[in-house]
Amino acid sequence: MVTNMPNAALQTAPTSTIKADIRNFNFFYGDFQALKNVNMSIEEGRVTALIGPSGCGKSTFLRCFNRMHDLYPGNRYEGEIVFHPDNTNLLAADVDPIEVRMRVGMVFQKPNPFPKSIFENVAYGLRVRGESKRSVLEEKVEQALNNAALWNEAKDRLHEPAYNLSGGQQQRLWAKDRLHEPAYNLSGGQQQRLCIARCLATDPEMILFDEPTSALDPIATASIEELIDTLRGKVTILIVTHSMQQAARVSDFTAYMYLGEMIEYGKTDDIFVKPRDKRTEDYITGKFG
Amino acid sequence: MEKVHISSQFDADLELVRSRLLQMGGMVEEQLRNAIAVYTGADRKLAEQIKTVEESINMLEIELDDRCTHLIARRQPTAGDLRLIMAVIKITTDLERIGDEAAKIGRIGTQMHDQGLVKMFGFSDVHVCANMAIGMLKDSLDAFARMDSVAAERIVKQDQLIDNEFRSILRELITFMMEDPRTISTALGVVWIAKALERVGDHAKNIGEYVIYVAEGTDVRHSISAAGSVL
Repeated sequence: MVTNMPNAALQTAPTSTIKADIRNFNFFYGDFQALKNVNMSIEEGRVTALIGPSGCGKSTFLRCFNRMHDLYPGNRYEGEIVFHPDNTNLLAADVDPIEVRMRVGMVFQKPNPFPKSIFENVAYGLRVRGESKRSVLEEKVEQALNNAALWNEAKDRLHEPAYNLSGGQQQRLWAKDRLHEPAYNLSGGQQQRLCIARCLATDPEMILFDEPTSALDPIATASIEELIDTLRGKVTILIVTHSMQQAARVSDFTAYMYLGEMIEYGKTDDIFVKPRDKRTEDYITGKFG
Repeated sequence: MEKVHISSQFDADLELVRSRLLQMGGMVEEQLRNAIAVYTGADRKLAEQIKTVEESINMLEIELDDRCTHLIARRQPTAGDLRLIMAVIKITTDLERIGDEAAKIGRIGTQMHDQGLVKMFGFSDVHVCANMAIGMLKDSLDAFARMDSVAAERIVKQDQLIDNEFRSILRELITFMMEDPRTISTALGVVWIAKALERVGDHAKNIGEYVIYVAEGTDVRHSISAAGSVL
Protein backbone atom coordinates (compact mmCIF):
# COMPACT_ATOMS: atom_id res chain seq x y z
CA MET A 1 0.00 0.00 0.00
CA VAL A 2 1.31 3.40 -0.92
CA THR A 3 1.16 5.86 1.88
CA ASN A 4 2.22 9.41 2.32
CA MET A 5 4.03 9.33 5.59
CA PRO A 6 6.30 11.86 7.15
CA ASN A 7 9.90 11.46 6.18
CA ALA A 8 10.76 9.75 9.41
CA ALA A 9 8.45 6.87 8.61
CA LEU A 10 9.14 4.27 5.99
CA GLN A 11 7.42 5.00 2.71
CA THR A 12 6.55 1.79 1.04
CA ALA A 13 5.45 1.70 -2.54
CA PRO A 14 4.15 -1.65 -3.19
CA THR A 15 3.05 -5.10 -2.84
CA SER A 16 5.35 -7.16 -5.04
CA THR A 17 9.09 -7.82 -4.73
CA ILE A 18 11.20 -5.04 -3.33
CA LYS A 19 14.58 -4.50 -5.00
CA ALA A 20 15.93 -1.84 -2.70
CA ASP A 21 15.05 -0.44 0.69
CA ILE A 22 16.28 3.02 1.51
CA ARG A 23 16.29 3.52 5.25
CA ASN A 24 16.87 6.71 7.23
CA PHE A 25 19.08 7.92 4.46
CA ASN A 26 21.03 11.18 4.68
CA PHE A 27 23.71 12.54 2.42
CA PHE A 28 26.16 15.36 3.05
CA TYR A 29 28.40 17.36 0.71
CA GLY A 30 30.84 18.32 3.45
CA ASP A 31 28.75 20.32 5.92
CA PHE A 32 25.79 20.68 3.57
CA GLN A 33 23.06 18.12 4.03
CA ALA A 34 21.69 17.41 0.54
CA LEU A 35 19.33 14.55 1.45
CA LYS A 36 17.27 14.45 4.61
CA ASN A 37 16.02 11.24 6.11
CA VAL A 38 14.81 9.58 2.93
CA ASN A 39 12.85 6.36 3.38
CA MET A 40 11.42 4.42 0.49
CA SER A 41 11.19 0.98 -1.08
CA ILE A 42 11.84 0.48 -4.78
CA GLU A 43 9.97 -2.28 -6.58
CA GLU A 44 11.88 -4.82 -8.61
CA GLY A 45 11.51 -4.65 -12.38
CA ARG A 46 9.54 -1.41 -12.26
CA VAL A 47 10.35 2.11 -13.36
CA THR A 48 10.55 4.67 -10.57
CA ALA A 49 10.83 8.34 -11.52
CA LEU A 50 12.35 11.01 -9.31
CA ILE A 51 10.97 14.47 -9.96
CA GLY A 52 11.46 17.83 -8.30
CA PRO A 53 12.88 21.29 -8.94
CA SER A 54 16.57 21.85 -9.65
CA GLY A 55 18.69 21.40 -6.57
CA CYS A 56 16.13 19.26 -4.72
CA GLY A 57 18.58 16.38 -4.47
CA LYS A 58 17.18 13.94 -7.00
CA SER A 59 20.42 13.52 -8.97
CA THR A 60 22.37 13.40 -5.70
CA PHE A 61 20.05 10.63 -4.54
CA LEU A 62 20.40 8.75 -7.82
CA ARG A 63 24.18 8.85 -7.68
CA CYS A 64 24.20 7.35 -4.20
CA PHE A 65 22.97 4.09 -5.69
CA ASN A 66 26.26 3.43 -7.45
CA ARG A 67 28.47 5.16 -4.92
CA MET A 68 29.50 7.84 -7.36
CA HIS A 69 29.91 10.31 -4.51
CA ASP A 70 32.79 8.18 -3.22
CA LEU A 71 34.92 9.76 -5.91
CA TYR A 72 34.99 13.12 -4.10
CA PRO A 73 36.39 13.69 -0.63
CA GLY A 74 34.17 15.16 2.08
CA ASN A 75 30.99 13.44 0.90
CA ARG A 76 29.26 11.38 3.53
CA TYR A 77 26.38 8.88 3.58
CA GLU A 78 24.21 8.04 6.57
CA GLY A 79 21.63 5.28 6.71
CA GLU A 80 21.27 2.37 4.34
CA ILE A 81 20.46 1.42 0.77
CA VAL A 82 19.75 -2.27 1.11
CA PHE A 83 19.66 -4.38 -2.03
CA HIS A 84 17.57 -7.54 -2.12
CA PRO A 85 17.51 -10.50 -2.20
CA ASP A 86 20.99 -10.63 -0.63
CA ASN A 87 20.30 -7.76 1.80
CA THR A 88 23.53 -6.01 0.93
CA ASN A 89 23.87 -2.45 2.16
CA LEU A 90 25.40 -0.79 -0.90
CA LEU A 91 26.87 1.94 1.30
CA ALA A 92 28.65 -0.38 3.73
CA ALA A 93 32.38 0.26 4.01
CA ASP A 94 33.23 -3.33 3.22
CA VAL A 95 31.24 -3.34 -0.03
CA ASP A 96 33.45 -2.62 -3.05
CA PRO A 97 32.11 0.37 -5.07
CA ILE A 98 33.28 -1.34 -8.26
CA GLU A 99 31.12 -4.32 -7.44
CA VAL A 100 28.21 -1.94 -6.71
CA ARG A 101 28.66 -0.35 -10.12
CA MET A 102 28.52 -3.78 -11.75
CA ARG A 103 25.14 -4.30 -10.11
CA VAL A 104 23.92 -0.76 -10.71
CA GLY A 105 24.52 0.75 -14.15
CA MET A 106 24.14 4.38 -15.02
CA VAL A 107 23.12 6.38 -18.08
CA PHE A 108 23.85 10.10 -18.10
CA GLN A 109 22.27 13.22 -19.50
CA LYS A 110 24.57 13.39 -22.49
CA PRO A 111 25.55 10.20 -24.29
CA ASN A 112 29.13 9.40 -23.26
CA PRO A 113 30.38 6.55 -25.40
CA PHE A 114 34.07 5.73 -25.08
CA PRO A 115 36.26 6.71 -28.04
CA LYS A 116 36.17 3.14 -29.22
CA SER A 117 34.14 1.08 -31.62
CA ILE A 118 30.52 0.22 -30.99
CA PHE A 119 31.58 -3.31 -30.19
CA GLU A 120 34.29 -2.31 -27.74
CA ASN A 121 31.97 0.13 -25.97
CA VAL A 122 29.54 -2.65 -25.18
CA ALA A 123 32.24 -5.22 -24.43
CA TYR A 124 34.09 -2.83 -22.10
CA GLY A 125 32.37 -3.78 -18.86
CA LEU A 126 32.75 -7.45 -19.64
CA ARG A 127 36.47 -7.04 -20.32
CA VAL A 128 36.86 -5.14 -17.04
CA ARG A 129 35.26 -8.12 -15.41
CA GLY A 130 37.95 -10.30 -16.95
CA GLU A 131 35.98 -11.81 -19.79
CA SER A 132 38.25 -12.29 -22.78
CA LYS A 133 36.70 -15.12 -24.71
CA ARG A 134 35.73 -13.75 -28.12
CA SER A 135 32.64 -15.91 -28.55
CA VAL A 136 31.25 -14.90 -25.14
CA LEU A 137 31.93 -11.24 -25.83
CA GLU A 138 30.27 -11.41 -29.23
CA GLU A 139 27.23 -13.13 -27.84
CA LYS A 140 26.89 -10.67 -24.96
CA VAL A 141 27.41 -7.66 -27.23
CA GLU A 142 24.75 -8.89 -29.61
CA GLN A 143 22.35 -9.54 -26.75
CA ALA A 144 22.94 -6.14 -25.18
CA LEU A 145 22.61 -4.30 -28.50
CA ASN A 146 19.47 -6.26 -29.18
CA ASN A 147 18.02 -5.35 -25.82
CA ALA A 148 18.91 -1.73 -26.45
CA ALA A 149 17.14 -1.90 -29.82
CA LEU A 150 20.38 -1.05 -31.58
CA TRP A 151 21.45 -4.37 -33.03
CA ASN A 152 19.68 -4.04 -36.34
CA GLU A 153 21.16 -0.59 -36.80
CA ALA A 154 24.70 -1.47 -35.73
CA LYS A 155 25.42 -5.06 -36.64
CA ASP A 156 26.59 -4.24 -40.13
CA ARG A 157 29.09 -1.68 -38.89
CA LEU A 158 30.93 -3.79 -36.39
CA HIS A 159 34.37 -3.58 -37.90
CA GLU A 160 34.61 -0.44 -39.96
CA PRO A 161 36.37 2.79 -39.12
CA ALA A 162 34.31 5.49 -40.72
CA TYR A 163 35.80 8.79 -39.57
CA ASN A 164 37.50 9.47 -42.86
CA LEU A 165 34.74 8.41 -45.19
CA SER A 166 32.54 10.72 -47.19
CA GLY A 167 28.88 11.07 -46.32
CA GLY A 168 27.84 8.84 -49.20
CA GLN A 169 30.36 6.18 -48.27
CA GLN A 170 29.19 6.34 -44.69
CA GLN A 171 25.65 5.86 -45.84
CA ARG A 172 26.63 2.75 -47.79
CA LEU A 173 28.67 1.36 -44.92
CA TRP A 174 25.83 2.10 -42.57
CA ALA A 175 23.84 -0.51 -44.38
CA LYS A 176 26.71 -2.97 -44.51
CA ASP A 177 28.66 -3.46 -41.35
CA ARG A 178 28.89 -1.01 -38.46
CA LEU A 179 29.77 -2.76 -35.28
CA HIS A 180 33.46 -1.84 -35.37
CA GLU A 181 32.88 1.72 -36.37
CA PRO A 182 33.65 4.38 -33.80
CA ALA A 183 30.65 4.89 -31.57
CA TYR A 184 30.83 8.62 -32.28
CA ASN A 185 29.50 7.93 -35.76
CA LEU A 186 26.14 7.10 -34.29
CA SER A 187 23.47 9.75 -33.89
CA GLY A 188 22.79 11.22 -30.44
CA GLY A 189 19.85 8.96 -29.80
CA GLN A 190 21.77 5.92 -31.00
CA GLN A 191 24.74 6.87 -28.83
CA GLN A 192 22.43 7.04 -25.83
CA ARG A 193 21.02 3.62 -26.66
CA LEU A 194 24.61 2.39 -27.02
CA CYS A 195 25.30 3.64 -23.49
CA ILE A 196 22.24 1.72 -22.34
CA ALA A 197 23.54 -1.37 -24.17
CA ARG A 198 26.90 -0.87 -22.42
CA CYS A 199 25.03 -0.95 -19.12
CA LEU A 200 22.97 -3.97 -20.08
CA ALA A 201 26.02 -6.01 -21.14
CA THR A 202 27.04 -6.60 -17.53
CA ASP A 203 23.52 -7.72 -16.55
CA PRO A 204 22.94 -5.04 -13.91
CA GLU A 205 20.11 -5.40 -11.42
CA MET A 206 19.31 -1.70 -11.56
CA ILE A 207 19.93 1.05 -14.10
CA LEU A 208 20.03 4.69 -13.09
CA PHE A 209 18.97 7.20 -15.73
CA ASP A 210 19.98 10.79 -15.05
CA GLU A 211 17.87 12.89 -17.43
CA PRO A 212 18.66 10.50 -20.28
CA THR A 213 16.78 12.39 -22.98
CA SER A 214 17.36 16.04 -22.14
CA ALA A 215 19.94 16.31 -24.93
CA LEU A 216 17.84 14.43 -27.49
CA ASP A 217 15.18 15.40 -30.01
CA PRO A 218 11.59 14.16 -29.63
CA ILE A 219 12.07 11.17 -31.95
CA ALA A 220 15.24 9.98 -30.19
CA THR A 221 13.50 10.66 -26.86
CA ALA A 222 10.59 8.48 -27.91
CA SER A 223 12.95 5.64 -28.84
CA ILE A 224 14.67 5.84 -25.45
CA GLU A 225 11.31 5.83 -23.70
CA GLU A 226 10.24 2.87 -25.81
CA LEU A 227 13.46 1.13 -24.78
CA ILE A 228 12.81 1.84 -21.10
CA ASP A 229 9.38 0.33 -21.62
CA THR A 230 10.84 -2.88 -23.04
CA LEU A 231 13.27 -3.12 -20.11
CA ARG A 232 10.38 -3.00 -17.66
CA GLY A 233 10.16 -6.31 -15.84
CA LYS A 234 13.75 -7.23 -16.74
CA VAL A 235 15.66 -4.66 -14.74
CA THR A 236 14.80 -2.17 -12.01
CA ILE A 237 14.98 1.37 -13.32
CA LEU A 238 15.39 4.62 -11.44
CA ILE A 239 15.06 7.70 -13.61
CA VAL A 240 15.60 11.38 -12.85
CA THR A 241 13.77 13.63 -15.24
CA HIS A 242 12.88 17.28 -15.48
CA SER A 243 10.07 16.45 -17.84
CA MET A 244 7.00 15.62 -15.81
CA GLN A 245 5.31 14.35 -18.93
CA GLN A 246 8.18 11.91 -19.35
CA ALA A 247 7.83 10.74 -15.75
CA ALA A 248 4.10 10.31 -16.35
CA ARG A 249 4.74 8.38 -19.57
CA VAL A 250 7.46 5.96 -18.53
CA SER A 251 7.25 5.35 -14.81
CA ASP A 252 5.21 3.03 -12.61
CA PHE A 253 6.04 4.95 -9.45
CA THR A 254 6.95 8.58 -8.94
CA ALA A 255 8.71 10.27 -6.06
CA TYR A 256 8.56 14.02 -5.61
CA MET A 257 11.57 15.55 -3.86
CA TYR A 258 11.96 19.05 -2.53
CA LEU A 259 14.89 20.60 -0.65
CA GLY A 260 16.43 17.19 -0.02
CA GLU A 261 13.24 15.65 1.35
CA MET A 262 11.09 12.93 -0.13
CA ILE A 263 7.74 14.74 -0.10
CA GLU A 264 5.54 12.16 -1.74
CA TYR A 265 6.07 8.73 -3.24
CA GLY A 266 3.38 6.65 -4.85
CA LYS A 267 1.93 5.19 -8.00
CA THR A 268 2.46 7.47 -10.98
CA ASP A 269 -1.25 7.39 -11.81
CA ASP A 270 -2.08 8.69 -8.35
CA ILE A 271 0.66 11.32 -8.23
CA PHE A 272 -0.39 12.90 -11.53
CA VAL A 273 -4.15 12.77 -10.99
CA LYS A 274 -4.59 13.02 -7.26
CA PRO A 275 -1.42 13.92 -5.37
CA ARG A 276 -1.87 13.87 -1.61
CA ASP A 277 0.58 16.61 -0.73
CA LYS A 278 -0.15 20.22 -1.67
CA ARG A 279 3.54 20.76 -2.46
CA THR A 280 3.46 17.95 -5.02
CA GLU A 281 0.32 19.37 -6.59
CA ASP A 282 1.84 22.84 -6.82
CA TYR A 283 4.97 21.47 -8.48
CA ILE A 284 3.34 19.24 -11.05
CA THR A 285 0.72 21.82 -11.96
CA GLY A 286 3.39 24.51 -12.24
CA LYS A 287 2.18 26.82 -9.49
CA PHE A 288 4.01 29.24 -7.24
CA GLY A 289 3.18 31.99 -4.77
CA MET B 1 -2.53 33.21 -0.58
CA GLU B 2 -3.90 31.08 -3.42
CA LYS B 3 -1.06 29.93 -5.62
CA VAL B 4 -1.07 30.79 -9.27
CA HIS B 5 0.51 29.09 -12.26
CA ILE B 6 3.94 30.19 -13.36
CA SER B 7 2.32 30.60 -16.76
CA SER B 8 -0.22 33.38 -16.29
CA GLN B 9 -1.72 32.52 -19.67
CA PHE B 10 -2.55 29.04 -18.34
CA ASP B 11 -4.32 30.68 -15.39
CA ALA B 12 -6.21 32.96 -17.75
CA ASP B 13 -7.21 30.05 -20.02
CA LEU B 14 -8.46 27.97 -17.08
CA GLU B 15 -10.37 30.94 -15.69
CA LEU B 16 -11.97 31.55 -19.06
CA VAL B 17 -13.13 27.92 -19.27
CA ARG B 18 -14.57 28.16 -15.75
CA SER B 19 -16.38 31.40 -16.39
CA ARG B 20 -17.75 30.27 -19.76
CA LEU B 21 -19.09 27.11 -18.11
CA LEU B 22 -20.82 29.19 -15.44
CA GLN B 23 -22.19 31.45 -18.16
CA MET B 24 -23.57 28.36 -19.93
CA GLY B 25 -25.03 27.21 -16.59
CA GLY B 26 -26.75 30.55 -16.13
CA MET B 27 -28.29 30.35 -19.61
CA VAL B 28 -29.51 26.80 -19.00
CA GLU B 29 -31.02 27.80 -15.67
CA GLU B 30 -32.91 30.63 -17.32
CA GLN B 31 -34.09 28.29 -20.09
CA LEU B 32 -35.55 25.99 -17.47
CA ARG B 33 -37.38 28.85 -15.73
CA ASN B 34 -38.71 30.10 -19.08
CA ALA B 35 -39.85 26.61 -20.08
CA ILE B 36 -41.85 26.27 -16.88
CA ALA B 37 -43.35 29.73 -17.52
CA VAL B 38 -44.41 28.57 -20.99
CA TYR B 39 -46.00 25.43 -19.56
CA THR B 40 -47.87 27.19 -16.79
CA GLY B 41 -48.95 29.83 -19.26
CA ALA B 42 -47.26 32.62 -17.33
CA ASP B 43 -45.48 33.77 -20.48
CA ARG B 44 -46.08 31.72 -23.62
CA LYS B 45 -44.12 34.14 -25.82
CA LEU B 46 -40.93 32.78 -24.24
CA ALA B 47 -41.27 29.63 -26.38
CA GLU B 48 -39.55 31.28 -29.33
CA GLN B 49 -36.79 32.66 -27.16
CA ILE B 50 -36.14 29.18 -25.76
CA LYS B 51 -35.49 27.85 -29.28
CA THR B 52 -33.03 30.65 -30.06
CA VAL B 53 -31.14 30.34 -26.77
CA GLU B 54 -30.91 26.56 -27.17
CA GLU B 55 -28.82 27.15 -30.29
CA SER B 56 -26.47 29.41 -28.32
CA ILE B 57 -26.17 26.76 -25.59
CA ASN B 58 -25.25 24.13 -28.20
CA MET B 59 -22.61 26.48 -29.60
CA LEU B 60 -21.21 27.04 -26.09
CA GLU B 61 -20.92 23.27 -25.64
CA ILE B 62 -18.81 23.04 -28.79
CA GLU B 63 -16.73 26.06 -27.79
CA LEU B 64 -16.01 24.68 -24.31
CA ASP B 65 -15.06 21.24 -25.64
CA ASP B 66 -12.72 22.93 -28.09
CA ARG B 67 -11.12 25.09 -25.39
CA CYS B 68 -10.62 22.04 -23.15
CA THR B 69 -9.10 20.02 -26.00
CA HIS B 70 -6.61 22.81 -26.66
CA LEU B 71 -5.77 23.16 -22.97
CA ILE B 72 -4.96 19.45 -22.80
CA ALA B 73 -2.92 19.56 -25.99
CA ARG B 74 -0.95 22.67 -25.09
CA ARG B 75 -0.58 22.44 -21.32
CA GLN B 76 -0.70 18.72 -20.47
CA PRO B 77 -2.57 19.56 -17.27
CA THR B 78 -2.11 17.39 -14.17
CA ALA B 79 -3.72 16.87 -10.78
CA GLY B 80 -6.34 19.53 -9.88
CA ASP B 81 -6.03 21.24 -13.29
CA LEU B 82 -6.59 17.94 -15.09
CA ARG B 83 -9.56 17.08 -12.89
CA LEU B 84 -11.06 20.52 -13.50
CA ILE B 85 -10.77 20.20 -17.26
CA MET B 86 -12.18 16.66 -17.25
CA ALA B 87 -15.08 17.88 -15.10
CA VAL B 88 -15.76 20.86 -17.37
CA ILE B 89 -15.96 18.56 -20.40
CA LYS B 90 -18.47 16.36 -18.61
CA ILE B 91 -20.49 19.17 -16.98
CA THR B 92 -20.82 20.82 -20.39
CA THR B 93 -22.57 17.69 -21.65
CA ASP B 94 -24.92 17.65 -18.67
CA LEU B 95 -25.74 21.32 -19.11
CA GLU B 96 -26.43 20.86 -22.79
CA ARG B 97 -28.79 18.00 -21.97
CA ILE B 98 -30.58 20.10 -19.33
CA GLY B 99 -30.96 22.65 -22.13
CA ASP B 100 -32.56 19.93 -24.27
CA GLU B 101 -34.93 19.00 -21.45
CA ALA B 102 -35.90 22.66 -21.03
CA ALA B 103 -36.58 22.93 -24.76
CA LYS B 104 -38.68 19.77 -24.54
CA ILE B 105 -40.73 21.20 -21.66
CA GLY B 106 -41.27 24.41 -23.65
CA ARG B 107 -42.34 22.43 -26.73
CA ILE B 108 -44.74 20.10 -24.90
CA GLY B 109 -46.13 23.02 -22.87
CA THR B 110 -46.83 24.96 -26.07
CA GLN B 111 -48.53 21.94 -27.67
CA MET B 112 -50.66 21.39 -24.59
CA HIS B 113 -51.74 25.02 -24.61
CA ASP B 114 -52.49 24.90 -28.33
CA GLN B 115 -54.67 21.84 -27.81
CA GLY B 116 -56.35 23.33 -24.75
CA LEU B 117 -55.12 20.54 -22.52
CA VAL B 118 -53.51 22.41 -19.69
CA LYS B 119 -56.46 23.29 -17.56
CA MET B 120 -57.35 19.74 -16.61
CA PHE B 121 -54.88 19.50 -13.73
CA GLY B 122 -53.41 22.12 -11.48
CA PHE B 123 -49.73 22.91 -11.87
CA SER B 124 -48.91 22.44 -8.23
CA ASP B 125 -47.25 18.98 -8.42
CA VAL B 126 -45.12 19.90 -11.41
CA HIS B 127 -44.33 23.19 -9.69
CA VAL B 128 -42.83 21.33 -6.75
CA CYS B 129 -40.78 19.18 -9.11
CA ALA B 130 -39.71 22.21 -11.16
CA ASN B 131 -38.63 24.18 -8.11
CA MET B 132 -36.60 21.22 -6.91
CA ALA B 133 -34.93 20.78 -10.31
CA ILE B 134 -34.14 24.48 -10.69
CA GLY B 135 -32.88 24.61 -7.09
CA MET B 136 -30.60 21.62 -7.62
CA LEU B 137 -29.21 23.07 -10.85
CA LYS B 138 -28.57 26.44 -9.23
CA ASP B 139 -26.94 24.84 -6.19
CA SER B 140 -24.76 22.59 -8.35
CA LEU B 141 -23.50 25.60 -10.31
CA ASP B 142 -22.84 27.47 -7.06
CA ALA B 143 -20.98 24.43 -5.73
CA PHE B 144 -18.88 24.40 -8.92
CA ALA B 145 -18.16 28.13 -8.67
CA ARG B 146 -16.96 27.70 -5.08
CA MET B 147 -15.60 24.16 -5.53
CA ASP B 148 -17.65 23.31 -2.47
CA SER B 149 -17.71 19.53 -2.11
CA VAL B 150 -19.96 19.63 0.98
CA ALA B 151 -22.68 21.50 -0.92
CA ALA B 152 -22.12 19.15 -3.87
CA GLU B 153 -22.71 16.13 -1.67
CA ARG B 154 -26.00 17.65 -0.48
CA ILE B 155 -27.13 17.95 -4.11
CA VAL B 156 -26.21 14.35 -4.83
CA LYS B 157 -28.42 13.26 -1.95
CA GLN B 158 -31.30 15.57 -3.02
CA ASP B 159 -31.74 13.66 -6.25
CA GLN B 160 -33.65 11.00 -4.34
CA LEU B 161 -36.28 13.59 -3.36
CA ILE B 162 -37.00 14.64 -6.92
CA ASP B 163 -37.18 10.97 -7.97
CA ASN B 164 -39.77 10.41 -5.23
CA GLU B 165 -41.72 13.45 -6.36
CA PHE B 166 -41.76 12.18 -9.94
CA ARG B 167 -43.08 8.78 -8.82
CA SER B 168 -45.75 10.48 -6.78
CA ILE B 169 -46.89 12.54 -9.81
CA LEU B 170 -46.91 9.37 -11.91
CA ARG B 171 -49.08 7.50 -9.41
CA GLU B 172 -51.50 10.38 -9.23
CA LEU B 173 -51.80 10.67 -13.01
CA ILE B 174 -52.27 6.92 -13.43
CA THR B 175 -55.22 7.17 -11.06
CA PHE B 176 -56.70 10.01 -13.14
CA MET B 177 -56.17 8.09 -16.39
CA MET B 178 -57.80 4.95 -14.99
CA GLU B 179 -60.78 6.87 -13.73
CA ASP B 180 -61.32 8.90 -16.89
CA PRO B 181 -59.61 7.98 -20.19
CA ARG B 182 -60.32 11.50 -21.52
CA THR B 183 -57.50 12.73 -19.30
CA ILE B 184 -54.91 10.48 -20.96
CA SER B 185 -53.58 13.00 -23.51
CA THR B 186 -53.16 15.70 -20.93
CA ALA B 187 -51.76 13.33 -18.33
CA LEU B 188 -49.16 12.03 -20.77
CA GLY B 189 -48.03 15.58 -21.47
CA VAL B 190 -47.61 16.20 -17.75
CA VAL B 191 -45.72 12.91 -17.39
CA TRP B 192 -43.23 13.96 -20.11
CA ILE B 193 -42.70 17.27 -18.38
CA ALA B 194 -42.30 15.71 -14.94
CA LYS B 195 -39.90 13.15 -16.41
CA ALA B 196 -37.88 15.94 -18.03
CA LEU B 197 -37.63 17.66 -14.64
CA GLU B 198 -36.58 14.43 -13.00
CA ARG B 199 -33.82 14.11 -15.63
CA VAL B 200 -32.70 17.67 -14.85
CA GLY B 201 -32.28 16.48 -11.25
CA ASP B 202 -30.11 13.60 -12.50
CA HIS B 203 -27.91 15.98 -14.48
CA ALA B 204 -27.60 18.36 -11.51
CA LYS B 205 -26.59 15.38 -9.41
CA ASN B 206 -23.92 14.50 -12.00
CA ILE B 207 -22.58 18.06 -11.78
CA GLY B 208 -22.42 17.68 -7.99
CA GLU B 209 -20.44 14.47 -8.41
CA TYR B 210 -17.97 16.17 -10.75
CA VAL B 211 -17.50 19.00 -8.24
CA ILE B 212 -16.60 16.39 -5.60
CA TYR B 213 -14.17 14.84 -8.10
CA VAL B 214 -12.43 18.15 -8.77
CA ALA B 215 -12.34 19.23 -5.13
CA GLU B 216 -11.50 15.92 -3.47
CA GLY B 217 -10.15 13.75 -6.29
CA THR B 218 -12.73 11.10 -5.42
CA ASP B 219 -15.00 9.59 -8.01
CA VAL B 220 -18.35 9.09 -6.24
CA ARG B 221 -20.40 8.16 -9.30
CA HIS B 222 -22.53 5.07 -8.87
CA SER B 223 -21.57 4.85 -5.21
CA ILE B 224 -24.71 6.18 -3.54
CA SER B 225 -26.26 3.74 -1.12
CA ALA B 226 -30.01 3.12 -0.88
CA ALA B 227 -30.11 5.36 2.18
CA GLY B 228 -28.80 8.17 0.03
CA SER B 229 -25.43 8.54 1.66
CA VAL B 230 -22.24 8.72 -0.35
CA LEU B 231 -20.28 5.54 0.24
